[in-house]
Amino acid sequence: MSAVLPKHIPVVRQASPGLWALAWKRLLADRVGMISLAVVVAFLSMMLASYAGLIAKDWSKERGVSYANPSFMAGAENLEAREVTHRDFGTQAKPVDLSDIDPLAPRYKEWEERAAKIAVTEVKRAETLPFGGDKWGRDVLEKAIKGSEVSIFVGLTAALFATIIGTILGAMAGYWGGKVNDLLEWFYNIFTSIPYILLILAFAAVFKKGLDTIIVILALTGWTGIYRLVRAEYIKHCGREYVKAAQAIGASHLSRMFVHILPNASHVILVQLSQHVVQFIKAEVILSFLGLGVPVDMVSWGTMLAEAQNELVIGKWWQLVAAGASMAFLVTAFSMLTDSLRDALDPKLK
Amino acid sequence: MAAYVIRRMWQMIPTLAGVILLIFFLFNWVGGDPAQVLAGKISNPEQIANIRKQLGVDQPYWYQLWVFVQQVFTFDFGRSWSTNEEVSKILLTRVGPTLTIMVPVLVIETLLAVAFAIMVAYVRGSLTDRAIMVICTTAMSISFLVYIIFAQWLFGFKLGWFPVQGWSESFWRNLTNYAPLPVMLAIFVGLAPQLRLYRSFFLEEIHQDYVRTARAKGLPEKQVMMKHVLRNALIPILTNVGIYLPGLFVGSFLLEVFFSIPGLGREIVTAVNRSDFPVIKAVTVYLAMLTMFINLLVDVLYKLVDPRVSFK
Repeated sequence: MSAVLPKHIPVVRQASPGLWALAWKRLLADRVGMISLAVVVAFLSMMLASYAGLIAKDWSKERGVSYANPSFMAGAENLEAREVTHRDFGTQAKPVDLSDIDPLAPRYKEWEERAAKIAVTEVKRAETLPFGGDKWGRDVLEKAIKGSEVSIFVGLTAALFATIIGTILGAMAGYWGGKVNDLLEWFYNIFTSIPYILLILAFAAVFKKGLDTIIVILALTGWTGIYRLVRAEYIKHCGREYVKAAQAIGASHLSRMFVHILPNASHVILVQLSQHVVQFIKAEVILSFLGLGVPVDMVSWGTMLAEAQNELVIGKWWQLVAAGASMAFLVTAFSMLTDSLRDALDPKLK
Repeated sequence: MAAYVIRRMWQMIPTLAGVILLIFFLFNWVGGDPAQVLAGKISNPEQIANIRKQLGVDQPYWYQLWVFVQQVFTFDFGRSWSTNEEVSKILLTRVGPTLTIMVPVLVIETLLAVAFAIMVAYVRGSLTDRAIMVICTTAMSISFLVYIIFAQWLFGFKLGWFPVQGWSESFWRNLTNYAPLPVMLAIFVGLAPQLRLYRSFFLEEIHQDYVRTARAKGLPEKQVMMKHVLRNALIPILTNVGIYLPGLFVGSFLLEVFFSIPGLGREIVTAVNRSDFPVIKAVTVYLAMLTMFINLLVDVLYKLVDPRVSFK
């Protein structure tokens, strides 16, 4: 029989588009999704450029007067800056002559001469900055860019770690079941029985402050939701034929878990990742505001908002707007992108 | 029913044990030596040894764990490390202000969110619906901090409608004078996400067959929505409120910090800043217990809302 079979059968194979190609196509057709994607990419490249030192490198330079006005309201009065100027160089009341009783009086002249010899370079401070200045005369716009670097970095890395933890644990619980599942469910119950905010604060209380600490805290407390969803996916897929087939051809447990099943659960994971980035960016801002987040020498949107609280009372609103608006833009775009991603990856929804 | 409740209580034991272990691990192991923190910069080894003895951290770990378990069940966490006040007393005095803020928030917010959601869901797909959804998404993306800072400045400082911050001894004065602004803020911020969520719950029900049947029977729209749809959508709504309930006691710690409300939330933030471990430990353990009981309560409530639910 076999002899009659022709050796070469011309096979015309039309490669059918995969899940990702289809999802990408659907995303391309989604106008809102594409706009949000563009905004998110813009923010990410801004963050990278700032990290590489291309923009906002000199954010900590004090270039303007204290609370310099934004350029578009250059005419407005700036009482705070004037006060500082007056204190330093303004006309002062003649001091009472104390030279009779002041033991240092004979040396004042000598000191004045010596002081005059030391060259002091007077920095010319700008009256206005493009988007206003903070208390030390730093450009608020550059500060917001630099702040985005920290906030986005924390959000992305923490979400990535939380997703990895949640995926691995969820895969184990769903794939193995039995004792492993019981143990991990026990962990899940422990972590979810403590209110989330309280859990974060309890972790924050025992760890030292720092950028890496916030990432660790957010990752260690934020994995539960992803774990639950990934576990459900694995339970669903575990008994499917393709997994049995993989077992039949001798694929190891690890290979079945992460090579065969994982790609089929990846759309759930991706949407979760994207959702958690938004959640963690918000959390970082609040933690930094409370002083539990980034160290003092760094700037994030949270520390900017903390400063803005007192500035608003004296009518300096620009720092609040700069930090609040840049965060709102990113978070809106990211949430809408998440929605579009979900629609694109799972067309059965809706 | 009784058998179900008893079995659920039984299942709580391992979780509670786990919570106790987790907290113990965090504060007695990861947290490091509290004596170093408490003694401050000027300290000699003798002083540190003394403090360690006072706190009991010179004992072996199994003994410390035993002490912690005893503390949990006798409601006696000793005294705060920074103010020397009794921890149980701190907790009891701080719950009042937190609930004064959070109970009105929960009640008003849930009622408003349900009412708006059912209206929006009814006109789904219309311009109103889409406009409200866009507003909600945008409103949700602005940080809570920005809302608080701005509202405190506008209504407290600029317009002077409410006190900027503060709290008094009298409950009535607190409720009518100091609470309104934080309560309004919390409702304003919480409404958008809840409205979105509840709208999706209602939408899910509106497409069901029983709604069509009810309409086919000739029932008025009002009755269809208020009796049939609302009652069915109440089940996921109840779950959602149940998730929020434990948070009621932590309060919105941001609001408490901003408005100087002496509640539990502010107490926790202060305790975290001062490394006041007994206070944080006590709050965490009791809130975890409370969460478990509230979850049980919600599950029992399902039965009242939905007769189809049976206790297995």
